[in-house]
Amino acid sequence: MCGIAGLYLKNPDLFPNLGELFKPMLIEMTSRGPDSAGIAIYRDPVSEGQTKYSLAHNSTEYDWNALSSAMDAQLKTSSSVTQNDTHALLISDGDESHVKHWLSTFDSTVRIVGSGESVEIYKETGLPEDVYERFGLVTAAGQHMIGHTRMATESAVTSAGSHPFATGADLCLVHNGSLSNHNRLREELIRKGVSFGSENDSEVAAAYLTWKLRQGIPLKQALEDALDDLDGFFTFCIGTKDGFAVVRDPIACKHAVMAETDDWVAMATEFRAIATLPGADTARIWEPKPATVYAWGNESVAAHISAPIAASSDDQLTGAPL
Amino acid sequence: MNSLDLSTLGLRAINEKLQSLDPGTNEREWTVTNPMGQHAIACGLNAPIDVTVDGHAGFYCAGMNQHATVTVNGHAGVGVAENMMSGLVRIKGNASQAAGATAHGGLLVIEGDASSRCGISMKGIDIVVGGSVGHMSGFMAQLGHMVICGDAGEALGDSIYEAKLFVAGSVESLGADCVEKEMTSEHEKTLADLLEKAGINKDAKLFRRYGSARKLYNFDIDHADAY
Repeated sequence: MCGIAGLYLKNPDLFPNLGELFKPMLIEMTSRGPDSAGIAIYRDPVSEGQTKYSLAHNSTEYDWNALSSAMDAQLKTSSSVTQNDTHALLISDGDESHVKHWLSTFDSTVRIVGSGESVEIYKETGLPEDVYERFGLVTAAGQHMIGHTRMATESAVTSAGSHPFATGADLCLVHNGSLSNHNRLREELIRKGVSFGSENDSEVAAAYLTWKLRQGIPLKQALEDALDDLDGFFTFCIGTKDGFAVVRDPIACKHAVMAETDDWVAMATEFRAIATLPGADTARIWEPKPATVYAWGNESVAAHISAPIAASSDDQLTGAPL
Repeated sequence: MNSLDLSTLGLRAINEKLQSLDPGTNEREWTVTNPMGQHAIACGLNAPIDVTVDGHAGFYCAGMNQHATVTVNGHAGVGVAENMMSGLVRIKGNASQAAGATAHGGLLVIEGDASSRCGISMKGIDIVVGGSVGHMSGFMAQLGHMVICGDAGEALGDSIYEAKLFVAGSVESLGADCVEKEMTSEHEKTLADLLEKAGINKDAKLFRRYGSARKLYNFDIDHADAY
């Protein structure tokens, strides 16, 4: 099972309502995944030279300020930290690889769940409605968001095993399905220097993409390579800085539906998750084709997905397969 | 016209109401409002009534239908008209996977596109698709007709039995044991009748016919003892 959903707003008038519009999308997918839930939201980009880290800890009592101060003292960085329940956002001007290395050696109980210029990832065990509530997401503003409700099959119900999984700067993945070759692929990726935080099969897909993207391979190519190298069932939704991409395995066993109006583009495992959006009743609705990479966002998504270095433009890209 | 609001009555109440109607009922016209992509709307109907689902339906809409006419003013999710026995189901928008799966009779009209596995294991239903169908459509199709006005995806009619497939557009590939067959005047007449019944204006002469070559293992009499 599992449910996934993605929402990309085209109409700026709706940006202040992103969290409110996305809430029923995630909650409607509760029956597909009541074990844990998570979302990635893209908002409040940091200044140039800074990176935003989404961190998580099992305890809500964790002393994030102590972590931030210790890091600044040792790495000579300037950082700020804001706690949100079991998660915290750390904004730092330090070099990203140095910060990540320092975090992993400072305290192994701290998990880095995402990083980039604007992405924030929040995920926890429990019902989607409760998870959404505890991170105060209903008031969140922004342009796009992806989410996941998990019914655990391949690994334990833990916060670390929840989706989304980060795959690089401002990139993350949610997965509906199950992978058959994740153990062998995980071993291969570990040999290539990729690290893992759980036994989860979807994390292997995310790590695979991370490894590909690290080599400078464009996202579209990485996703097409994934069609060859991942064995199993999947519908992936990949959050990018400017939008999201969708790809299904060649057999397309796992459900997926897309809808588009002048105001938004949405994808979900089932249409009922999209039904509450304004104008959904007259939206264009269709099923994405198997083994085809779709992407939405402004033009920089198209560039981002097709080339290693993103161009920048505010022009809208309509939802065609790339 | 009777109206049933799914958002206030709930799915069970609506289906119980529609399923309990006597075949001789005078209340023949029904509308389900606010379907909101919910599953199993208007399933198991058994009276010659006319039900309009005014919006987008979720999975298994109008499954097991007998005698009723069900029209969906929008998109239909996975397995629409699954195991239909008789009657008419019409989808104004697109349909997801496995439309008309295992259905024994009646007519399913999809005015837009159908996704993969359309008509999988169909057993006598007639399916008319105004647009295109996805991969593995007509898989193990046993009886009935599937008319595709657009294109067909990969592996059309894989392991097909006696169903007849008509395609106006291109076929990405044929499945195991599915071959193009001669279109006789009799086939053309059947096809023209189906298009007319479906209310789709398309010339029967534009179509090609596909069916079973009857060469798979299970068609060989020498293997009969194995079962």
